[in-house]
Order: sequence, then C-alpha cells, then structure tokens
Amino acid sequence: MTIAAKALGAPSRAEDTTQESQLKVVARRFFRHKLAVVSVILLFIIFSASLLAPVITTFPRDAVDVSSSERPAPPGAISSDGRLHILGVDHLGRDLFTRVLFAARVSLSIAFMVVLISETFGALLGALAGFYGGRTDMILSRINEFMLTIPQLPILLIISAILLKRDVVLPLPGFVNKLLSALLLAPEREAQKVVVLVLILVIFGWLSAFRLMRDMALTLSKQDFVEALRAVGASDARIILRHIIPNGLAPILVNASLSLGGIIVLESALSFLGLGVQDPTPTWGNMLDFARAYMFKHPWLPLVPGIPLVIVSIGFNFIGDGLRDALDPRLKR
Amino acid sequence: MAVIDIPRKDLVVVENLKKYFPVRSGLLQHVSAWVKAVDNVSFSIREGETFGLVGESGCGKTTIGRTILQLTPATGGSVFFDGEDIFAKKGAELKRLRRNMQIVFQDPYSSLDPRVPVGETIAEGLQIHGIGTSKERAEIVTQMLATVGLNPYHARRYPHEFSGGQRQRIGIARALALRPKFIVCDEPVSALDVSIQSQVLNLLKKLQAEFGLTYLFIAHNLSVVEHISDRIGVMYLGKIVEVTDRETLYRNPLHPYTQALLSAIPIPNPRLKRSRIVLTGDVPSPLNPPPGCRFHTRCPVAKTICREAEPAFAEKQPDHWVACHLV
Repeated sequence: MTIAAKALGAPSRAEDTTQESQLKVVARRFFRHKLAVVSVILLFIIFSASLLAPVITTFPRDAVDVSSSERPAPPGAISSDGRLHILGVDHLGRDLFTRVLFAARVSLSIAFMVVLISETFGALLGALAGFYGGRTDMILSRINEFMLTIPQLPILLIISAILLKRDVVLPLPGFVNKLLSALLLAPEREAQKVVVLVLILVIFGWLSAFRLMRDMALTLSKQDFVEALRAVGASDARIILRHIIPNGLAPILVNASLSLGGIIVLESALSFLGLGVQDPTPTWGNMLDFARAYMFKHPWLPLVPGIPLVIVSIGFNFIGDGLRDALDPRLKR
Repeated sequence: MAVIDIPRKDLVVVENLKKYFPVRSGLLQHVSAWVKAVDNVSFSIREGETFGLVGESGCGKTTIGRTILQLTPATGGSVFFDGEDIFAKKGAELKRLRRNMQIVFQDPYSSLDPRVPVGETIAEGLQIHGIGTSKERAEIVTQMLATVGLNPYHARRYPHEFSGGQRQRIGIARALALRPKFIVCDEPVSALDVSIQSQVLNLLKKLQAEFGLTYLFIAHNLSVVEHISDRIGVMYLGKIVEVTDRETLYRNPLHPYTQALLSAIPIPNPRLKRSRIVLTGDVPSPLNPPPGCRFHTRCPVAKTICREAEPAFAEKQPDHWVACHLV
C-alpha cells in the first residue's frame, strides 16, 4: 500500500524537501527483496560468529582431545575434562564447533580477498580496454578469451599442486603478514599459504569483471558526456576513474556478490581435493575432505561445514540479485 | 546588400581541413578505403557572430565541429583560434586553449553523466582548470544555473530527473562555466520539441549578447539556422559549397544545391504553391565520392565540365563564396 501510494505521488518539483540521496533509494529498493534481506541476516550471523570465533569457542583450534574414546564423536559429546563439544569432534579429536568457526574466518577471508583483488583488477583492465579500444582492447580481450576457454579446475589444480606443496615465501611487508595472521586466526606461515591460494584463484577470477567493465566502457566512451569531458580538458585517467568506472560499477558489484559464493565453493572444491588450504588451517573445504571418509557412519560430519557453505553461497547469490534490482538507475522508485 | 559594419576580426580560421576515416577490412584489419568525411574545407568565423553550418545528415558538419575542438584528430589542414594554431598544441597548452572553446551536444540524454549530480558536471571543468575553491565553484554553478533559467537546488539533482530541454540548458551551463569565447553548438535543438526549440534558441541568443560569444551553429533545419545565424555555410558531401551572410543566402543563393535546399523549406500555408527543385537520387557515398564537382550526379544544371574538374571555392560576389563552375 505505502509503496503504491509513493509511486503514485509524483515527486514534487517545486521544492527540494523530498530529495533522497542515491544511497537511500538503493537501500530502500534492496530491502524490498525479501530473500536478499534474509540472506543478509543469515550471513550477518555467520560473519559475527566467525569474527567472534576466539571468544565464543571454548577449545583451541588445533587441540586434540586424546583421551576421547570415540573419534569422530557426535554433537553433544563430553570431553575428557568434562566440557561440552557442541558439534562433536572430528577424526583427530578436535572440537568441530571451534574448527567450523575458524574455518568460516578462513573461507570468507579468502573469498573476500579474491573477489576484491580480481574485481578491481578486472574492472580496471576492462575499463582500459573498452576506453582505448584498438590494440589495447585487442590484446587484453584475446588474453581474456583464451583464459575463458581453457578449463579452470585442472589448471588450478596443477598450479596449486606446484605452489602449495612447497614453502613459497611471499615478499610481503611484516605488518601485512601480521594483519593476515590476525585476520585468518592462523600463524604467519599458514597465512602465507592462504595468500598464495588467493593469488591462484585471482588468475581466473578477473575474467568476468573484465568483460562486464569492458562492455560498459565501450558504450560509455562513445557517449557525448565523455566528449564533453575532453572538451573541458579532462585527462584520460580522470575520465576512466571518475566517470567510466563509476558508471560501470553496478554490474561489477552484482558480479562481485555472485562470485563470492562461487569462490567459496571453488576454494572448498580445491581444499576438498586436497590442493587448497592445508591442514591444520581449517576451511570448510578441507573439513569436508576429512569428513568424506566417515560420512556414512557419522553423517553430521559433512553437515557441520556443509550447511554454512550452502547458506553462504546461496546467500551471496540472493544478495547479488537484490543488488542488481536495487542498483538499476532506470528503475525510479 | 547586407549591412557590413566595421569588418570584424576572424576568431576561428579553418584552412583546408581534412578528416578521413579509415575503413578496415580483412583478417589483419588493413585499411582498404577512406571515408572522406571532411575534404579540404576552408572558412572563417568572425568574433561575436553565429556561423551556421547546414547540410544533410552525414555530410560532415558534426565532424567539422569536433575536429575544430580537437576532439578527433584531423587528417590534414589547420585551424587557427585567435591566431593560434590549434593542431600544433598539445598537453598543457591545448588544455589552456580548451577553456576558450566549448561544445553543446545534440543528444541531451547522452551528454550528461547519469551518475553525477548536474552541479558537479557543471563545476568539473572549473575543477580541472583549478579555478576557485570548492565554495567559489558552487557559487559559479548557482550563477550558471540561473543564467540558463534553472534553480540553484537543481545542482544536487541527477540528469534523469530533468526533461530534455532542461538537460540541454544544463549542457549549455556546463559549456558556459569556463567562460569560453567560442562554442560549437552541434545541433543543439534537433532533439527537442518545437516549443522547447525556440526557448533554447532564444537562450543561446541571449547568452551570446551577454557573454560576447561566437557560435558555430551546426544544424539541418534551415528555419532554425535562418533564425540564429549571421553567416551561413552550406555543406554537401564533405565540402562547403557556399558561404555568405544570411540575407544574401536566403535571397540570392548561387549554388544549385543551396537553391534546391532552400526550395525545400516548407511554407506554413497549404494554398501557397511554389516551384520546388526536387533532387533525384541519393547522396553518393563519401567512400567513393564522384569526380569533378561532387554535386554533379544530382545537379539539375550540370555540364560536362562539372564531371571533369573540381570547382574552386571562390569569392564570386563580395563576401559570397561559392564552389560552382556555372556561377
């Protein structure tokens, strides 16, 4: 009712009191998308739990309850010193509730890092290709197409097999290492390996962002407002960074949200195959990998990492849908 | 005879301007032909006047406007603005020159960035040239909006909240903000309703008087051009065929193409009959323009010489330049 009434009441032209900021309009449209809102709430819970992981968990990440008679043990098992294992213990006797929260931290961090780096990188290259056209576009687009045609998983498996099985030390400044280690709740050496995996996933991560931004830039750079900017003396960098990219950002944001889900699944797939993040750093993927051997006798084992994995990947998809509708500037109200 | 007062200084001088677009084909994208959009065009625009440029779609009028402003690089020729050779300028010098030359576009929808509030669009040129503090720029924006007949609070709105006519006013305000001497008006009213057209035309006239502007007014509507121009150039297939002042052109057109064009202006009286010169055929492709006079394929009075030799663009009568063998 209220929405319909708002839609009917023409925006007043005489005064400026009804003027809403662009952000408010987008937010209001987004909140109309029920599934997206539910997804935001669920993801918020998972995020908070992973942020508070060190506080709400009662066991250290890698603590092995050696005396536990039953390994893996079902939810509600009591540890040797009388504490409760809410979700049980894994095959080595480690508390699953603790590990699934720490894994959330790692899996989500990987997804956000990969998406942030690859969308930025893809969007910048795409904007350059679309704006300059000609040879620049030719070279970048052919590289992009070539990478789209080759099957990703086998290549990723080969690269991770080469890089992750040995100790690659990245030349990162000390504070970055400390930051990563705090973010992933893992020692610096483990954090380094996670970063290597992030970089591996970026290799194929930038492709769709590139294509989206290139197409946007291609049409945008033919528009008169770009000519007008040239006429007032704007530099190419200014036109690209302040006009082309902001105009092409909506599909990139949607794509980022959709690929967050995809990257989490991809990382899990690699870890599941034993070529992603290595034990003892927990991720949902390698937890699933360990669960595989016991899943018929102990079916809760795959469910513990599996349920949040499904919620997060579907949730990001719904949020992407919601964003797509909300960010379309042609939908007025 | 037109009243010629003190001869005014030439602000923009275009000499033998050429703009060829390459046609690429084949796997290796080699250049297989050239579209001669503008071919050896010379004319000059005097300070404070409106120079109208008319011609059919695709005859190269827009290309001339954009080449003069260095928005597309010219293939050949030169353009002098206030005595300075524009094509020789690069980088900072070109940027400085750009303050003096602006453009108003045909399409009010694509000429404004949809994600930028119009106030920022108007202020962007000032910012680029480092004019004023952000507060001073906001004042200039308010002033410019008032000048083009909009309200100060419009500065915070986005382009989609405006009508076509209002957007065109915003485009004019943007061009005006840098206080240019010269504005290329690239069909500024052809996308607007007739009622709005006259408003925008009158606004342009008012601004010309107020700021001492010089216009290159590109249009295909002869009535609009007659309304606003002091002198007029007629283009056909990449060439200027006739240049003279408005009165002379409309009273005594010399080139057969101009004559045909003027005879096609509709008269708002259904009972009034008048002899029309109806041209047959289509405009030839600029890919492969006819030899000799480019108009000879459709010219009602063409002679053998027209097929063989290209006519010189010459001053056949005082201040009346025509490119035709038969005049």
